[in-house]
Amino acid sequence: MNGISNTAQIIKRNIKRNFRIPQLLIFSTAQPIIFLLMFNFVFGGAVTAGVPGDVEYINFLLPGILAQTALFGAIQTSIGLAEDLNKGVIDRFRSLPIARYAVLAGRTLADSARNVFVISLMIFVGFLLGFSTQEGLLNLAYSFILVLLFGFAFSWVGATIGLMIKDPETVQVAGFLWVFPLVFASSVFVPVATMPGWLQVIARNQPVTQVVNAIRHLTQGGIPNGSSYIWITLLWIVGILAVFVPISVWLYRKI
Amino acid sequence: MKNHKSLIVNNVCKRFGDFTALDGVSLEAKKGKVTGLLGPNGAGKTTLINIMTTLLKPDTGSVTVEGINVLKNPSETRKQIGLAGQYAAVDEYLTGRETLIMVGRLYGLSAGLAKKRAQELLERLDLTTAADKQAKTYSGGMRRRLDLGASLVATPKVLFLDEPTTGLDPRTRLQLWDTIRDLVDQGVTILLTTQYLEEADALCDFIYVIDKGKMIIEGTAGELKNSLGEDIIELKVKTSKLEEVEKILKKSINKQPELDKPTRSIKIRTKTGSDDLLKVAEALKHSKIIPDELSLHRPTLDDVFLSVTGNRQDNDERH
Repeated sequence: MNGISNTAQIIKRNIKRNFRIPQLLIFSTAQPIIFLLMFNFVFGGAVTAGVPGDVEYINFLLPGILAQTALFGAIQTSIGLAEDLNKGVIDRFRSLPIARYAVLAGRTLADSARNVFVISLMIFVGFLLGFSTQEGLLNLAYSFILVLLFGFAFSWVGATIGLMIKDPETVQVAGFLWVFPLVFASSVFVPVATMPGWLQVIARNQPVTQVVNAIRHLTQGGIPNGSSYIWITLLWIVGILAVFVPISVWLYRKI
Repeated sequence: MKNHKSLIVNNVCKRFGDFTALDGVSLEAKKGKVTGLLGPNGAGKTTLINIMTTLLKPDTGSVTVEGINVLKNPSETRKQIGLAGQYAAVDEYLTGRETLIMVGRLYGLSAGLAKKRAQELLERLDLTTAADKQAKTYSGGMRRRLDLGASLVATPKVLFLDEPTTGLDPRTRLQLWDTIRDLVDQGVTILLTTQYLEEADALCDFIYVIDKGKMIIEGTAGELKNSLGEDIIELKVKTSKLEEVEKILKKSINKQPELDKPTRSIKIRTKTGSDDLLKVAEALKHSKIIPDELSLHRPTLDDVFLSVTGNRQDNDERH
């Protein structure tokens, strides 16, 4: 009970902070918008050839961009924590009688709140670019929830990395190191079938492909065994949380 | 109260890999007093503060705050202490008021109480005009005061101040000293680290000097100064008169003066300062020589600090 109210205070603090650093808000929204525009107009024509069925590229691309946005949010979790560590804010929190997990939960939940905003914006821009859902708004809402949960789980991966590396600038570079391969070696931008065999094995089985395919299934339909992607994504989410929540809380305790 | 010690540190050791940060450190802080922890950079001051405030676990040793075993019961300890750190850990993007309210809420105060307490502290720390501005606009002194405010929200019994005035201009430093004295008047026990000896002299009732992870000397400021043993008579005369004056002094008090030509000064170390000073003055008057300056002073804490931290290595080699 106490822990929940502690967490609520930290969420409040982080959300204020997120919205009061205009640069952060601008770049964290501009970045995925630019990716969306770039890939849609630059690669759209070339990639459509490989996209199965008659799916418009924007309909193929947007689910991928949503997952990418959620992952980029996890890098922000790393950076935010590393900054708080360096500024001594975490020491202040640690000297207070509050629940050990509150600072981390407050961070990951606030970053999820930012994801709500950024992902809504992405869907809006997607609609402007011609995105359409074939499966109804309810399924779009499920997609929204799924990608948010996905982002929340990866936010704990980001927390773990932030607490391990501790230096904000290094954390940022490290973030791209683990996020880019996950995003590019997946079905985010192009169909996996166009990749070399060994990479296909990785790409097909990693979590980003699962969530992207799940959202494609939910918004476009027509994917064989589509709902299995939803279950596998949920399993990934649970698995990632089960591993990274304890690790990051442990790291936090022994800072 | 069976004793009046708010804080007891006993034989604490802490190693980081091969580096021994603290090597069997002990100290005590009396209730309602200011205890100073002095030492050069890297002496182990912040490590010790972190251990006393539950941020770090020592390898061996024990720490007790207000009768609570800090190592066994960190969460109880955190309810009794306040910590203002070295770099003024303020949230740049929150206003001063928001920070204080947040900290109050984190201590479990109701929303109303947290607001009231924040207002009290803002008034007390002279931050009311900037209360609703983001802390990134604050000056160094305002940040320190806000950081101090955050550590005072839950009216701690023991307050740890890690170099509270480092980097502040003299006026702001004096203001902060006043605030610290007010807190002491209210019965708060304070442990402060500092690199400024005049700060320790002005504020601390008892001083520990730490160097390379070991306590090397402890006592009141007066005791530390007396530990050097001798007072110093210092006078300045015209260069042409230096040698004449040296002779006169030697004769009048029968001690060998130290001559320093570049600064035109003559120093005499003495255990009977006032007595010798009168003799010196009389002899000079008799010879019709008027010195530009004539003073008797006790060794400053700087003298003590330099002599103990500078000589330590020699002592080690001797043992």
